[in-house]
Parts: sequence; structure tokens; C-alpha cells
Amino acid sequence: MTEKVGVYICHCGSNIAGKVDVEDVAKWAADLPNVEVSRDYKFMCSSLGQELVENDIREKGLTRVVVAACSPHMHERTFRGACARAGLNPYLFEMANIREHNSWIHEDTNAATAKAKALVSAAVHRVIHHQSLEPMRAKINPATLVVGGGVAGIQAALEIAEAGYHVYLVEREPSIGGHMAQLDKTFPTLDCSACILTPKMFDAGNHPNITLLSYSEVEELDGYVGNFTATIRKKARYVIEEKCTGCGICTEKCPKRVIDDVFEAGLGYRKAIYRPFPQAVPKYPVIDTQSCIYFERGKCKACQMFCPTGAVDFEQQDEMVTLEVGNVILATGYDLFDARKIPQYGYGRLANVFTSLEFERMVNSAGPTGGKLVLRDGITQPESVAIVHCVGSRDKNYHEYCSKICCMYSLKFAHLLHERLPGAEVYNFYIDMRTPGKGYEEFYHRLLKEGTHFVRGRVAEITDAARRPGEEGKLIIQAEDTIVGSQRRVPVDMVILSPAIQARHDAGEVAHRFGISCSHDNWYIEKHPKLDPVATMTDGIFIAGCAQGPKDIPDSVAQGAAAAARVLGLITQGEVELEPVRAIIDEERCSGCRICNNMCPYHAIDFVEDLGVSRVNPALCKGCGTCVAACPSGVITGAHFSNEQIMAEIEGILVSLNGRESVPAGDVVPV
Amino acid sequence: MRYAYYPGCSLERSAASYHVSAMAVAEKLGLVFHELEDWNCCGATEYFAINKLPAYALVARNLALVPDDFTELAAPCSACYVNLRKTNKHMGKYTDLAQQVNQALAAGGLSYQPGRLHVRHLLDIIVNDVGYQTIAECVVKPLTGLRVAPYYGCLIVRPENGFDDPEYPNSMDRLLRALGAEVVDYPLKAQCCGGHMTQISDKVAYELIRRLLHNAAEYHADVVACVCPMCQLNMDAYQGNVNRHFGTNYRIPILYFTQLMALAFGLDAKEEAGVGSEIVSSHSALAKIGVEVPKQEEKKKRPDKQALPMPTMPDEEGRR
Repeated sequence: MTEKVGVYICHCGSNIAGKVDVEDVAKWAADLPNVEVSRDYKFMCSSLGQELVENDIREKGLTRVVVAACSPHMHERTFRGACARAGLNPYLFEMANIREHNSWIHEDTNAATAKAKALVSAAVHRVIHHQSLEPMRAKINPATLVVGGGVAGIQAALEIAEAGYHVYLVEREPSIGGHMAQLDKTFPTLDCSACILTPKMFDAGNHPNITLLSYSEVEELDGYVGNFTATIRKKARYVIEEKCTGCGICTEKCPKRVIDDVFEAGLGYRKAIYRPFPQAVPKYPVIDTQSCIYFERGKCKACQMFCPTGAVDFEQQDEMVTLEVGNVILATGYDLFDARKIPQYGYGRLANVFTSLEFERMVNSAGPTGGKLVLRDGITQPESVAIVHCVGSRDKNYHEYCSKICCMYSLKFAHLLHERLPGAEVYNFYIDMRTPGKGYEEFYHRLLKEGTHFVRGRVAEITDAARRPGEEGKLIIQAEDTIVGSQRRVPVDMVILSPAIQARHDAGEVAHRFGISCSHDNWYIEKHPKLDPVATMTDGIFIAGCAQGPKDIPDSVAQGAAAAARVLGLITQGEVELEPVRAIIDEERCSGCRICNNMCPYHAIDFVEDLGVSRVNPALCKGCGTCVAACPSGVITGAHFSNEQIMAEIEGILVSLNGRESVPAGDVVPV
Repeated sequence: MRYAYYPGCSLERSAASYHVSAMAVAEKLGLVFHELEDWNCCGATEYFAINKLPAYALVARNLALVPDDFTELAAPCSACYVNLRKTNKHMGKYTDLAQQVNQALAAGGLSYQPGRLHVRHLLDIIVNDVGYQTIAECVVKPLTGLRVAPYYGCLIVRPENGFDDPEYPNSMDRLLRALGAEVVDYPLKAQCCGGHMTQISDKVAYELIRRLLHNAAEYHADVVACVCPMCQLNMDAYQGNVNRHFGTNYRIPILYFTQLMALAFGLDAKEEAGVGSEIVSSHSALAKIGVEVPKQEEKKKRPDKQALPMPTMPDEEGRR
């Protein structure tokens, strides 16, 4: 039976028609083999455009449809829907991308028109070989896994739990709270960070629908949207949670004091058995085996002796937990850029150079200095402080991107310095002042009035090598003041660096574990940067907060809630349609070599021992085609991407180049 | 480990102690340096500013002189190192330049294939090819208690993609620590010594040198360790001028890092470490580590320009 193909060329306003002679393409396509009707239309994606397709299917009996328009990422679903409404299997449709791949990137109208013809011809030749496919359906497990207990993760977990569904909240550290728990005040409203966060932490820790797995890490994730299996390592706390009352006597009695690099950002100390901060959720302490005297020398056990409820258990082992969940939200947060990588700024070398997180802890009344602003000696109050923006951000040597939050928190620091140290001189060395956000620019103006000195210029060096009178014993900031147009040397007592925020050191590994991808800066990549910012290319895996890119607290919270809304949508649907684009192994001809087994990035191919052949699990397969290419016997077919279809597509392009003469079969190089 | 070796003009005379100590240390570390035959001046810092093509050709001649069985060329002087490295790189990047330079070289029956050689600074070879571990094993007289300011100068690590951090290098710091010295964190370690500015605008140069000396003194450094004959000359020979100009009284000996290595390896102070030829005496500094510096012959002070001529004593003639 000969197929009847309908071809539709979209103008996309002037997006395509401005560069491609769409009428000519439509006229040309009408003469292609099997083409029944060929039209061009202003906006194919409009309801009128779709009706055009639907009517032609009904009236002219089309059996195949080609739309040449934008990227299939944009509107493939739209036109598949139109086909389905008119009773045509949606997989008998093919889309040619003549916008992103053509009109937007080419200058020459004639060449662009020729390319459009080639792409349309390819689609027409290909679509003939399409087969009807039926999407698969999978049930959605209503439980959700949230990874990361910072403010984004907490928000996501609470939204889903409030809606009545169960959430597993996994946090690597002993307590949830993330970076926000370390902060003192939040810009621009200056409300106390802990005061607004701890109620949420408490809710997350006590919600009947939330199972909190703190001091735990996800080791493996298997499955597909709706049906994931997560393997989680619950690290041994050496404290029995059921017995512990959180009284804190163990911490008090512990003789070992170590520098707290995580919560206190290296500015303060903690014990070997510790709770990161008083409002920690859960309240149970953990023993850090790296510093515990018992684990080092086999003696001590002071915490166990003094524990009134006998909750300390040195024999505890890591525990593996397996969870069945339907969706996953990754909110794994960020790391602070290591300022020691810029040695000319002196961090780690010059005592009174601090990082922003150190200063947050210092200014926090619950921090190591009790909120007193002092130099590294712990006594002297600084009389002049310089805040250096863009340390490792907007710098080709480190991170090219803008970390987005540093201008605002640097302004906040300046305000806190004016407040705590009246009379102190405060300098901000910035490149550009970036304060987009509600009330942010107003905050900047407030600081201008408060008397902060703003110097526009990237700092070249921070040194203690005095050169002029008045510089002895000070830290000297050397910078080019680009407004005045001269070099400046500003002697100060204290320097606060505002380092970039960067992806977690293990972001790449984690992304691989969850089957999503990272940008070259190691941020998780969203499905669409504008229209789908919290979904990923892997169905059922969502992202939120700074793991996706630098952002402030309101944005992180919004993303946490957005990811939760997306998950709730899927849960409420109850079922999800899976693309039938899958690999199929011809078991008759499979040699059982198992090469495909390890190739599959989705672990979708199993080896059937008794039959000695490999078999694809259609629910796990994403149709990527890796196994199809790898199979040495050539017995794996990718549905919707068969050799026949691909060869026809190539032939379609070649035909258009040869003035529509059919290309002799011998000229086509087999794959 | 074998290297072709381009000493550069300074090492023949003013920086002879660098050459002597480098060779002594190399022998101890098992490094073989094959000095190029008939090498010529690299053009230093000036020639490139005057006429580029002959400047490149001048440097390229030295590259072309390297025998075929060598792939690595060692240069102890920072200026020579930068010129050789730059010529090697630019000839590879700009084919026109390579062609013209090779045309010039052809007149002498030479040619150079850009990129054939890997140009290395002596410090790079010692810290990266030999390694701190091996160096530490050779130490017999550790420099315990000697406070050393490591001074890299501005050329050796710039432009970037060299062998150390371009803003705050630390390979020599680690090397000196391996010798047992007390290394001071010297903030001006990669700043400019003034180069040939002493000949062009001496006041500018004095200020640049003063900063280096002042900072070293501030950190109570006993000696400054150098990697470049130009830096050594400026800080050593002009220290008196700086003192006169600013009314200061710095007396900081400036030694090459190889000299300190030779001392730590227990080699002879005068013959092998070349100590004693510096202008600012290292006598009291090195006494801290028990090294006897041969007393320098009392040199006649060069009179100031304004000073009246001094009558010559009769026995003065035969001295030198």
C-alpha cells in the first residue's frame, strides 16, 4: 500500500519565513514521492494550524504527517496530539527542524531554503518507514525521595508532606539546615536566618509524612519514573536514637576538641561527639571517628560513661536502607570556592583575611566569638574592614559565571559592620554592583547613605608588605579604582573575601548516580533553562536550589516548592506514559555476548541465564541507541530509530541534493 | 638526565657564582648539562623592543645550535629563559615569523623546527625532574636557622602556563624547606626588581629595589635567594646606591638558590658554592649555619660623582 504523506511548512511568523522561502519549499515538497498534500502556514502550532493537519487526515486520508517547523523539543507533542485527535497513530508523524537548525543560524536565503528542502525531504523519506507504536504506562509510587536537607530540600519535603504524601528526606550531615543555618542575617530584610529557618527544620523533623534520614547518603538509584529503588547508607552515629534524649552531657564531657570545618567554617571548635548547632534536627549527636580518642587509641569512652540513658554504642555499624519511591528531588546545594587558590589574596597566609562564611559565623551571636567582631587574635576590634567581591567569580581563571548572591551579602556585611563597629571604615571593592531583586537595589542605596566606601575595581593583591607611612601592621589592598582612573592602596585591619559559590565537589559523581547531566561548571542541567527549570532530562528526577546554579534563599525556596508541585502533579496522575522509543533484541539471533549489558547507561539490559540471551527491560530503556550501535551481531533494533528509517532519512537528504534523481543504492554507504 | 645547557652572558662574568654552584649541584644530583657550542647573547630585555625580527633570529640561533639528540634546553637566567621560550612558542604560532627567522638562520647554515625543544628553567628542572625528596636526601649540612626570603622575580613564572603559580609561586619555597632553611613568606616574591631600569631611570629602579629589600628586612630574612642574574645584580650591586638614596642601611646578602643548595650539600663554600664574590657580604649571615665565608679583599669604594678625586697609592697598581 502506498502511503499518503501530508507536508506542512511553518512560517513561525518571520522566524522561519524571514530566511527561508517557505512557499517554494512547500511547492517543491509537493512533488516528492508519496506526498499527497503540501502546505505552508503562518503558525502551525496555533489551533488553526493543528486543525489543518486534522482535517487533511480526515478528508484526504493521510497516513503520514511531516511538519517542518521548530525543534521537536518544542512542539513534537503538539503535532502528535493533532494526529491522535484525527485518529492517526502519533508515531506516524515526523518533525523537521528548520528553525533552530536552519533559519536562526544561517545568513544566506538561498542556502537556507535549500537546506530546508533537504530536511523536509529527509523527513518525508523517513516517515514512510515509521511504524505505529503504543506508549507504555507505568504506575507512580506516591512516595518521594528528597536528597539534601538545606532550605530548598526542606521546602520541597514539606510541600509534598503537607499534600498528604510520604517523603524520605536524606541529608549527608548530622543535621538538616544546610548553609542557611550558618548565616546570621538574611538580605535585604535583615531578619535572623535561624529564626526563620528553625521552625521549618522542626516541622520537617517532626512531620508524620516525613522520614528524616540524617547522616545518610544515597549510594545507588535504580528504576524509572514512578518506580525507583534507592539504596541509602545510614552512617553509624554511634548513638542509639531511640535512647538519646539530646541532653548534651556527652559533648560536654568529651575531652577531644577539633576545628569544625563544616558548620563553623573552620572558625570554631567542636567536640569529637557533637551536634553541629543547638537547634540541630534531629537532636541526636554523632561521633566523628576521625577525631574520637576511642577510635584512635581504643581508650576513653567518656561519653558512654556519662550518658544517663546508655545511648552511646561504639559497636554500631553503617546500615543500608532500601526505599521504593516514585520521584526524586535533588537539592544538594553548593560548596564555597577555596580562596586559597588565589594566593595573592592571602587567605590562609595572612591571618586577618577571612572568608564570607567565616564572617557569617563570627557575626552570629551563636558563633565562636559570640557575635563579637574581632581579628584572628580574638581580642582586637578592627577599625577598618575591606570586603572584596568576586573572589573566584567572573574570573576566567576560576569561574566565569557570576555567583549572584555575593554583592548582596557583601552589602549586608557592610551594614552589620556599621551596626556593630560604629566609626569603623568599611570598604567594598566590586567590579559591578549587581542587585537585581525585590528590595535589593533599595538596600544598596541604604548602604550608600550609611557611609560605606565603594571602590569599583578588581583587587589585584592583598599584602602585608608596607610601602608607605600608615601601612605598617595593616593589610594593604591594591586595586585599580576604575572610576577615578588610578591605582589605590588602602590599608585596613581586616579583609573579608566573598568567594564564588561553586558546585559540590562530588556533583559530577552524584549526577551520574542519578542519571542526570552536569554543565561544564558541574551544575545540574535542567530540562529547559526557562520553561522547565526544575525538571531534568531524566523523567522523575527533579532539581532545586543551588545544585542547579547560584541562587539566593527566595529563589531556592521557590525552586523547592516548584519541584514539589511537579512531583505532586505526577503523583496525582497516578500513572505516567512512557515513550515507546525502545531497543528490542532479536533473541533468536542474539549470541549472548553480553557486550550490551555493560554499555547500557540505564542498566536496562539483563542477561537471561537459562536462554543465554540478553533482554531489554522496556520500562528502564530510554531508547538512547548505545546498544544498537554496540551489538556486534546487529540484532538490536531501536524502535523509531531503525536502520531502515535512518538510511531513508539520509537518502532523503541526498535525493534533494541531486535534483531529486533517485540515488543509486550503491552510493549509499551502509552504516 | 641530560640537558642541553644555555648559560647566557651573565653567567660568564657577573653571575659566575651561579654557574659554578649550578654545575656543582648538578653533579651531585646526577644532572648532565651539555653547554651549547658557540652560543650567543639572547638579546636580553631590550632587543625585542627595538627590532623584533633580528631579536627573534638572535635567540633562534641558540635554539638551532642544540644538537639533535637533545629535546630539552636548560637556561639558568630568567631573561634568557623567557626569550628562548617565547621564540620557540611564537615561531610555532606564526608561520611567517618561523619562515623569516629560518631564512636568516640559513645564512649561517642553520635552521630550527619550532616546538622541537622544550625550554626549561634550571629551577623547574631541579624541583620537578629531580624532586624535593631526592634533594632532601642529598642534604648533609641543613640550613637550620637560616631565614631565607625566596625571590622569584617577575619573569620566571610569567606569562602563565609555566611551571608554577604566576601570582604566588612556591616551588623554591619548598626547595629551600627541603634544604632545612627557615623560609619566610615573602609577599614581594614575584614583583619586579627593576630590570635594566637602573640604566634608564635609576630613581625608579632604586624604589623598586628598596621595596624588595625593605620587605625582606621586615621579615628578618638573613639572605634573599634568587633565580636570575639580573635580580641578583640589582639587589646586590645597587644595595649601596639604594642606601645612599633613601638614607637606609640594608645589609642583606643576595645569593643564588644553587649556592644555598651547594652549601647544604656540604660542598666547598668558595670553590663549589661560589660564595664570597657577592658585593654585600654574606659573612655574618652564613656564620649562622657554620659556613666560613672567605673574607673579601677590601675593595675600594667607588667615589660618588660629586666627590673629589682620590690620589692613588703606589701599591694600588699591582692589585688588580
